Amino acid sequence: MQSETIPLKDPPMAALFAWLIPGLGHLYQGRVGKAILFAVCIWTTFLYGMYLGNGGIVFFRWDAGEQRWAYICQVGMGLPALPALLQSWRVSHNRNPILRGYEKPPDDNELNRLNELGRYFELGTVYTMIAGLLNVLVVFDAYNGPAYLEDEEDEEIETASKLERASVKT
Amino acid sequence: MMHLILLASFVTMNWHVLPLALVVSLVYSATRHEEAGDILQHSVRLFLMIMGFVLVVFAILLVASWRL
Repeated sequence: MQSETIPLKDPPMAALFAWLIPGLGHLYQGRVGKAILFAVCIWTTFLYGMYLGNGGIVFFRWDAGEQRWAYICQVGMGLPALPALLQSWRVSHNRNPILRGYEKPPDDNELNRLNELGRYFELGTVYTMIAGLLNVLVVFDAYNGPAYLEDEEDEEIETASKLERASVKT
Repeated sequence: MMHLILLASFVTMNWHVLPLALVVSLVYSATRHEEAGDILQHSVRLFLMIMGFVLVVFAILLVASWRL
């Protein structure tokens, strides 16, 4: 449901901006308060997750040794998580990773070293996954406006009024 | 005594759930409302629900592991 009172501007563009950089879509729409809220919450969650995981928990690797299901959620973060796809492609085609190895898929030795972080590896993964998933909600908000709970209350009131009128007629 | 140690280790390792619950509450509530007051109200309710659920699950696990 698109709100008529909230300036959504160009919803598809806003949604794209919101996905690429959390908070940017709402800034584009002029919804500055929500832009700041989303940016602070999601970026903090993502960056803290990266810190817990020593910067090595966002990557894409899909082979016999490792299937990185977590990336499906992490990619919701947009630009901060997209280099993992490029790095994975480059490594799989025997090319050197770029961006100083940011989000390059770890080989088995590097993966073992990451797993030595123990629960912090898992915790960092969870934080970055949640950041990505929350950004998916934010994208919907940028595209369609908020899913007002007040509308559900209005429907209940409207339904109750209809029932009352129906009972009065009978 | 062992259960106190378990409780202490639970608290130290699982305080990480607090900021997660806070962030999830805020962001989810902000996608449901536009006004700051409504967002805050909803997020407080949701945060308390999430933490309540976590504490209940912890209590169940603590009781279940009492005799182990």
